[in-house]
Amino acid sequence: MLPLIGVLIVVIGFVLRINPLLVVTVAGLAAGLASGLDLLEVIAAFGKAFITSRYVGIVWLVLPVIGLLEHAGLRERARAVISGLRAATTSRVLLAYFAVRQVTAALGLTSLGGHAQMVRPLVAPMAEAAAENQYGEISLKVRHRIRAHSAAADNIALFFGEDIFIAIGSILLIRGFLDQNGIHVEPAQLALWAIPTAICAFAIHCTRLFLLERSLRAELSAEGKQDR
Amino acid sequence: MITLEHVYWLTGLMAAGVSIVNLRDKSNPRRFNNTVFWGIYAITFLIGSYLPDLASGFLVIGMVLVASIRGLGQGKQKPTREDEAANALRWGNKLFLPALTIPVLTVLGTVGLKRVELAGGPIVDIRQVTVISLAIATIVALVFGMLLLRPPLLAPIREARRLLDAIGWAAVLPQMLAALGALFAVSGVGTAVSGIATRWLPLGTPVAAVTTYSIGMAVFTMIMGNAFAAFPVMTAGIGLPLIVQRFGGDPTIMSAIGMLSGFCGTLMTPMAANFNIVPTALLELPDENAVIKVQIPTALLLLGANILLMNVFVFRG
Repeated sequence: MLPLIGVLIVVIGFVLRINPLLVVTVAGLAAGLASGLDLLEVIAAFGKAFITSRYVGIVWLVLPVIGLLEHAGLRERARAVISGLRAATTSRVLLAYFAVRQVTAALGLTSLGGHAQMVRPLVAPMAEAAAENQYGEISLKVRHRIRAHSAAADNIALFFGEDIFIAIGSILLIRGFLDQNGIHVEPAQLALWAIPTAICAFAIHCTRLFLLERSLRAELSAEGKQDR
Repeated sequence: MITLEHVYWLTGLMAAGVSIVNLRDKSNPRRFNNTVFWGIYAITFLIGSYLPDLASGFLVIGMVLVASIRGLGQGKQKPTREDEAANALRWGNKLFLPALTIPVLTVLGTVGLKRVELAGGPIVDIRQVTVISLAIATIVALVFGMLLLRPPLLAPIREARRLLDAIGWAAVLPQMLAALGALFAVSGVGTAVSGIATRWLPLGTPVAAVTTYSIGMAVFTMIMGNAFAAFPVMTAGIGLPLIVQRFGGDPTIMSAIGMLSGFCGTLMTPMAANFNIVPTALLELPDENAVIKVQIPTALLLLGANILLMNVFVFRG
């Protein structure tokens, strides 16, 4: 039971909104100490784990070129393209991105997206521009809501698309784990059984995007009338 | 052969550049904190593979203290929306080309680089081909962008500094959480949780076992921040002994839908920082839980759908 103190610290830390880096470090040290390691051993284990997790930071390599293009007007250009399309609404922009992201992830093309390379410079500005198109000037609060939806579309489409691809990490993990337990399963079968959930994810999230548009329309048309 | 280590060096060089730009920027009130933070981060990438574990541990703690005691700041130089709009008129749709180069080349590299050989061996480390392709794609896109826009030579690193400081400590959080997950695993958090689950939760009927397994995957994923950490624990604790062995369920269907139930948990936890917290920083949202809040309804409905699907299909054989 003692190692669970680490989990407890994480939960309390996140609830109290203490700096998460500090929370995670303290939780890691506490979990290590609780399992019987001495302080220097825990610090070394933490350092080692940080070093072996460096692959997570590689995504920041896209920042120089994305920053350069943003400065040159990439986001404004993305907005301008959408402004030229009368039929574009926030929900249609996000739906189109969701569909493309899910289908390409299902084909194993998981790197055709991402928050730093696609959502910030392209998808979010386009979704915001579509709302401006339909309803005129929009408040910062609405802007933030649309941005959060843009990030969510990327995550959900990715998670429930990629598992349909045979060689993705999670399928390999399942197969490896079941093999160790003497059960042999086919990756193709595992991928096949990801399809029903993928369809549900698409249906559920599409409905929610449709409702988002309705609520934007109700909220923003009302605001527009007040202004006049 | 190009390996992950070379990509780490590249990332380290970028972080070092960010650190130096910060040092020279008097408009940032906390510039020394930023310099030290990104400087240490750079060191872990440049020579991390050769450092003793204890030294890395102290470096990481140093970084955490710098970020949490007085905090990081941001420089003042920032392009305004008007600047961006004026520039956008000048460059037009050409701007999309370097941006789209990144995903397209990453995909092509992932598929194609495996087959390229040099002096009898593969040119890249095949196990890391996606990450290496991403690194190569960003370099090509950067060169393309520089030739197209002809900005000052140091512009890319200044822009990287602007974005990385806007993200701040959240940029390092995913890596810290991955490290925490590893520490949790070593210290036996998994066995403790599955012990609680098997002792206290309802598991007597097939429906109860399936429901507990799916919800357990989601909740345990929320705790660990990662469905990959939850899957072995929950499946060894509940899935295999009860659903498969006692009630005769199909292991393939159980595992596939169980993993996807875990993904529903990923959508609802700040512990999955790279998906849920980093974008709020990247998109400049004031509420760091904004993305999670948007995702929760879809995640819960989908978890319900998964429980239903598993109940319908797992025992059909």
